[in-house]
This record gives sequence, C-alpha cells and structure tokens, in this order.
Amino acid sequence: MMTDSAVTDASKFYVLDDPHHDGDHAHEPPTMLGFWIYLMSDCLIFGILFAVYAVLGQNYAAGPSPADLFDIEMILVATFALLFSSVTFGFAVMRMDHGDLRGTIFWLVITGLFGAAFLYLEYEEFSHLWHIGATPMASAFLSSFFFLVGTHGLHVTAGTIWLIVLLVQLSQRGLTPANTRRVMCLSLFWHFLDLIWIGVYSLVYLTGVLL
Amino acid sequence: MATSSDPHGLASGSVDIDPFWGKLSWDIFPFYDPIVLGTFIGVVILGLAVVGAITYYRLWGYLWKEWFTSIDHKKIGIMYMVLGLIMLLRGFADALLMRGHQAMAASGSEGYLNAHHYDQIFTAHGVIMIFFVAMPFVTGFMNYVMPLQIGARDVAFPFLNNLSFWLTVSGAILIMISLFVGEFSTAGWLAYAPYSGLEYSPSVGMDYYLWALNIAGVGTTLSGINLVVTIVKMRAPGMTYMRMPIFTWTALCTNILIVATFPVLAATLALLTADRYLGTHFFTNELGGNPMMYVNLIWIWGHPEVYILILPIFGIFSEIVPTFTGKRLFGYTSMVYATCVIMILSYIVWLHHFFTMGAGANVNSFFGITTMIISIPTGAKIFNWLFTMYKGRIRFETPMLWVMGFMLTFVIGGMTGVLLAVPPADYVLHNSLFLVAHFHNVIIGGVVFGVFAGIIYWWPKAFGFKLEPFWGKVSFWCWLIGFYLAFMPLYVLGLMGVTRRLSQFEDTFYSVYFIIALFGALFVAAGIAAFLVQIVQSIRKRDELRDVTGDPWNGRTLEWSTSSPPPYYNFAFTPRVYEIDAFAQMKREGFVRPTTGFVPIHMPHSTATGVVLAAILTVMGFALVWHVYWLAAASFAAALLYGIGHTFNYNRDYDIPADEVRGIEDQRSAQLAQAAE
Repeated sequence: MMTDSAVTDASKFYVLDDPHHDGDHAHEPPTMLGFWIYLMSDCLIFGILFAVYAVLGQNYAAGPSPADLFDIEMILVATFALLFSSVTFGFAVMRMDHGDLRGTIFWLVITGLFGAAFLYLEYEEFSHLWHIGATPMASAFLSSFFFLVGTHGLHVTAGTIWLIVLLVQLSQRGLTPANTRRVMCLSLFWHFLDLIWIGVYSLVYLTGVLL
Repeated sequence: MATSSDPHGLASGSVDIDPFWGKLSWDIFPFYDPIVLGTFIGVVILGLAVVGAITYYRLWGYLWKEWFTSIDHKKIGIMYMVLGLIMLLRGFADALLMRGHQAMAASGSEGYLNAHHYDQIFTAHGVIMIFFVAMPFVTGFMNYVMPLQIGARDVAFPFLNNLSFWLTVSGAILIMISLFVGEFSTAGWLAYAPYSGLEYSPSVGMDYYLWALNIAGVGTTLSGINLVVTIVKMRAPGMTYMRMPIFTWTALCTNILIVATFPVLAATLALLTADRYLGTHFFTNELGGNPMMYVNLIWIWGHPEVYILILPIFGIFSEIVPTFTGKRLFGYTSMVYATCVIMILSYIVWLHHFFTMGAGANVNSFFGITTMIISIPTGAKIFNWLFTMYKGRIRFETPMLWVMGFMLTFVIGGMTGVLLAVPPADYVLHNSLFLVAHFHNVIIGGVVFGVFAGIIYWWPKAFGFKLEPFWGKVSFWCWLIGFYLAFMPLYVLGLMGVTRRLSQFEDTFYSVYFIIALFGALFVAAGIAAFLVQIVQSIRKRDELRDVTGDPWNGRTLEWSTSSPPPYYNFAFTPRVYEIDAFAQMKREGFVRPTTGFVPIHMPHSTATGVVLAAILTVMGFALVWHVYWLAAASFAAALLYGIGHTFNYNRDYDIPADEVRGIEDQRSAQLAQAAE
C-alpha cells in the first residue's frame, strides 16, 4: 500500500502509463470474465427450460409418456460421444499450452467429430419421434421436452460451427494470443454444454424412464 | 395449430399466407383510421424534414463516421439518451391520447378511440416507456458516466457496446413500424398468456411485440455483461470496491440484475413465440399448457426490471445530493449495502404482481413480507440523502430541485406500494387505477425525475456548457404539478373501484377525476416542451453557458477531473485513487494537471459491424412478423456470415501517438489559461 509520503506529489494522483501493459495481454482477463458471465446468463436460460420441463413434464395430454418414447441405450451412446468430446477438447487445450499447433488442431477435429456424432444421434431421435407422431405440438410434455433438448442441441450446433471457424483461423494465424483466447472461450462453452447435458440426461431421460 | 376466423387474413395460422409475401398485402396499412393517418402524415413530413436537413448540411458522413460506427462509450451513451428522448415523445403521445379519450369517454361521449385501438395504445405506451425510454436512458447514463467515474478509457468490450445499442434501436424501429404497417399488440405490456397466444391474438401485433423485445433484449443482456466486466476489471488503481462512487455501485448491481434476469425474459418470450409460430403448448389452454406459468416467468424478469430502472437513478441522486450540499455522502457503506440488499430482494418478490392468482395464503404471505422488507433499505437511502443535506450548504440548482421533487413523490409512491404489498388489500386494489397510479408514482417520481436531474447534472460534462436554468425550472414545476394532477385522481378512482385499461364508461360520476387527470397530462406535456426549449435555448446561448474547467458544479468524483467534453481517451493518465470522493481529495490536496510526459494510448477502432448486424436483424424481425420466411432465413444467414466474417478481423486496436495526446492536452491547457485570465 502506498502511503502519502512514499509517492512524489507529481504522480500521486495518476499513473504514468507504461505502453507495454497495453498489448493483447491487457485484454485477456476481461474477455474470460465476460465469457464466464455470458455462460451464467445462458445457464439461466437452461434453468428456465428445466423449470418449464419440471412443471409441464408430466402433462402428457393423453399422449405418450417418456417410458413410451425414450430409447435409453441410444441416448447413452450420445451421452458418451459428448463426454468424450469434452475429454478430447481438454487434450486440445493441453497441446495448445505446449504451443503445439498441429496437436491442437488434431484434437479439435476429433472433438468436432464427436460433437457431430452427438448431433447425428439427436437428429435420429427427433426424427423418429416426429415420425411416430410425438411432435412438440402433441402435448405440453413434448413441447417442453423438445425445447429443453433442442436448445441444448442448438448450442452444440453453434459450438460446432464455431469450432470449424476457429480451425480455419488457427490454420491461418496459428496460436496467437487472440486465437488461444478464443480456444479457451470455446473450451468453456463446450464443457458447459456437457454439464447441461448431464442435467438433461439425468432429469429428463433417466428419471423419465424410471417413472 | 389453432384455427380462428380472421377477417383481415392477419392470423398466423390461417391458410392464405402467400409463399413469397407472407402476410404482407395492401390492406395492412391501417389508414382507414384518421388518427393513424394523421400521425403517419406528420411523421412522414417530420422525417423528410430531418432527412432533408441532414442531407442539406451534408451530415450523413459525419454521423456515420463519428457516431453510428463509433465505439466510444461516451458517444454510445449520448446516442442511448437521444433514443430515449425520441421514444419518450412517442410514448407520451400515447399517454395524451389515452388521457384525452378517457376524459371524454367518462363524460358521456364515446371518445375518439375504439376499444381495439385503445388496447394497442396502452400496450404500446407501456412497452415503449419501459423498454425504449427508461431502459435507454438508464443504460445511456451508465455508458456515459460509469467508465469516467472509475477512471477507465472505455468499456471492456467496446464493439459489443455499439452492437448492444443498435440492437436496442432495432427493437424500437420494429415497434415504430407497427404503428403504420399492420398493428401493435393489444395484450398489455407483459402480454399475459393465454390472451397473447395465437387463439386470442391472431394478429401480427403480438409478433411485433415478441420480435422487437427479443432483439432488443439480446442487446440489453450483452450490455449488462459488458458493464459488469468493465466495473470488475477496469477500475483505476486504488479504487477498491468500497471506494467506488455510488453511481458505479448502483450500475454494478443493475447490470448484475440485467444479466440475471434478461435471459429469463428471452426464454419466456421464446416459448411464447414457439406457441405462436410452431403450435407448441407451453402457455395454451389445451394439451397440458400452463398459462399461469407464463405469468410467473414474465414477472421473475419483470420485477427485477423495475429495480434495474430505479437503482441507477438512486445512484444519480446519490451523486447530486453530495455535490450540491458540498459534503460527502452520509452513510456511504449503508448506501452500498442497501443497494445490494435491494438487488437480492428484488429477485424474490415477483409473485406480489398476482396475489389474486390463487397461490394460497402461505405463498402470498411470503411474497407480501419480502415486498414490505424492500422498503427498509429504500427507506435507509432516503434517510441517507436527508442526512447528507442536513446542515449542508445546499445550492438549489435545477438538479437539486428534481431531487427534492423526487424525495417527496417517491416516498408517497413507496407507501402506496407497501399498501399494495398487503395481500388482502391487494385483492381489493388489484388491477385498479390505484395500481396504475402507484407505479406511475414511482416510475415518474423516481426514474423520470432522476433522468432529468441526471441530464442537467452531466450535460456540461458531455457538451462543455451548462443547461440554461430558467426553462429547466419551468420544466420541473410543470412536471411536478402535472404529475400530481394526473395521478392523484387515479388513486381516488382506484379506491372507488375503477379498473385499469378501460376505454368506455357507463357512469359519468367519474368524469371530473378524469378531466383533472387530463389537465395533469397537459401540464406534463408543457414540462416536456419546456425541457426541449431548454435544450434549444442552451445550445443557442452555449457561449455564455460555457464551462472550460470541466468541473462546473464543484464535483467530487473522477468524471469531473477531465475536460468537458472529455477527450476520446478520457484521461491522458489513468487516475490513482485513495478514497471515496477521489476528485474531492485531489482538489483538496492541490492536484496539478500533468502537462508533460505523455505516452501513446491504446484504443479500439471504430467499426460498422454493429450497425450492419442490427440492420440485418431488423429485416429478419420484420420478415418473421409477416411470415416472409425466405427473407427471414436469408437475413439470418446473412447475419451469421457477417458475424463470422467480423471474427476474421484481427486489426481492432491502435495506439494514439503521444504527440496527438500532447496536442489535445496542450489545447486544453491553453483554454484553461485563457479562462483564468
């Protein structure tokens, strides 16, 4: 702590700016905090969708119930695809910390493939449900089910698009501070979606089949 | 999908949607209505005059380069204020229409508005006043003042700030379009389901509401994140949390509330949108939908929203009172805690908006008590301001008049609020004009008075000259008298049982109250006019009103330590802070402005991405309202690609050379020397 006597009067009330502090490094911390806060606001959207599912999830309106609809084995495969993609993203970040561009890109591609596999399985599930008439329009349960799971799916889709864009940018410019910051943000986003999915899997699928 | 008979072919679910034009056709223009037609002609003439003037004076390039694409928090702040002012005129025109109509309708005539039109007007009035007047004003203040108060050069994410602003404008534009193309919602400012569902509101009005608020809401959320990060990460060295100016504290709490509530609004409106566009059953009456859940969800956002508006206003008063009494704020710490407590409590009172829904005595008691508890920290604030003034050397300049008007009026509004918080009393007063009087009492007496106080207080900072006091005082007295004339009769009417949102009256007994209220509204109109005159007069007499010191009021916080208007980098050197009223200490200890040793300053580039993205999203919103799906898909794809393209631009910052900084600072030194002569 500076005391009054320790500083000269001339610069007591201002900082003689050091231009070296103003590089990309100075902008790094705000971005990560900002992205965290964004994730929390997104979490709230999922919170609302979970709450809506909790309220409406048993309003079958004489239509099908979870036990009639969910193919729990396929969902388990999808769950593992997503969980593995989080692990591989972790590997990508570890390679990035070593400054290994090729390793980073390799693991990001693997992550993207797992993400795509998850999305494909979700698409299969949704189209199956649609074909047997279990559409979001059929009952409040199905509306809230499709919206909770679908919003998660949309996020994964957005994350996958972001991943592809980032791969292009990484191959163009390498591991610049701006790019590593973006990889870190996407990493947070990806793990966050994993966390949400664990909630979806336990509260929607497992509980639904058990009831 | 719900089917409904719909003579105008405006229903979302009806089959006659053209694959290319969607629901657009020639008969969507409501020009059969003389009021709308007259307004339309007026708007066209005024709009052409403005566009013509800008073109004649060749200002388009200047506006585009210096304002629209600017990512300077100060310019964005001013643009928010301009948006708020323009929308205030629109929202107030709606208010005058309603007051005039009700005064006639209560006196035995039919009035000049049919019920359908009247419903649109009260909906538009509420939506505009909250989302596009109060929110832009409050966000504008936070944008302009907060970074200056914490000694920062800009916000944490300057581009995002520009995008947030233009998304808000996008929402405002959609609402304004609805005046002349199609119609607006009739479902009230919160669009309660199931009335707002497709079955009962098949017209495009509800869709305008949904897309306008969805787009503007994204902007508000982004701005909230941005400002929270700015306050947490970018304070000047030495400015610990407990040394932040109170306005910055309230801005922090407000933006935390924004981040914690606007996602709820986004989710809720998205679900209602799904009900209307996809035929889902979240809030419908059929197949398991639950309309009461809508009311809960919308108020989980809606009640904190009220505090999002009022907290920064408390902050404004907390800056003005110490400045004009020449003392530091009484009870700084308690003020901070009161703000934080209000922030938290505001999240657990939402159910008091619908005690009558039938949640039961226990639930109602809980929410009634939490509501009453909020009056304790609020009361603490009032006492803090009073004790600050006690034995102070009060200067009754115009901002201080607004403070006095606020304290008196807001206390009355607060007390009627506590009355409404008693569930049994609420069963009587719910949905009555008593409620309307109450929330206007706190929003006008609180937010609006605070906005005017803040504009007059910070105007010299933004433009380098004070606002002329005479018309400011006229404006204040017109507003104060007008407010009491307009809303005290509504309290009486509410107690007599008159419900809100009525366009026709059987009984002429209430006539006199409505006529008094109309006179009140006319006084307020005079107050707004006086405010505009004040601005024009001040600009004309700006040389007499000039302030070159940068500190016209003998201020206490850092924004007064830089020049007026501040240079785009705000501070040539980042300030260092030792106590609460940083600038007061600097003045006390003989701070001398540094005139040498300048170094390059790192600043972000301007960018057009925000304006362009918002423009594309406006088109998307319009296309979705009218079910022109190819255009909606195309504009969505365009926005996505354009946004991705923006991420390939890595060249976002530059250094202002030290010479340029020296040039600007030397100019200021010369000005100061000239003024001292």
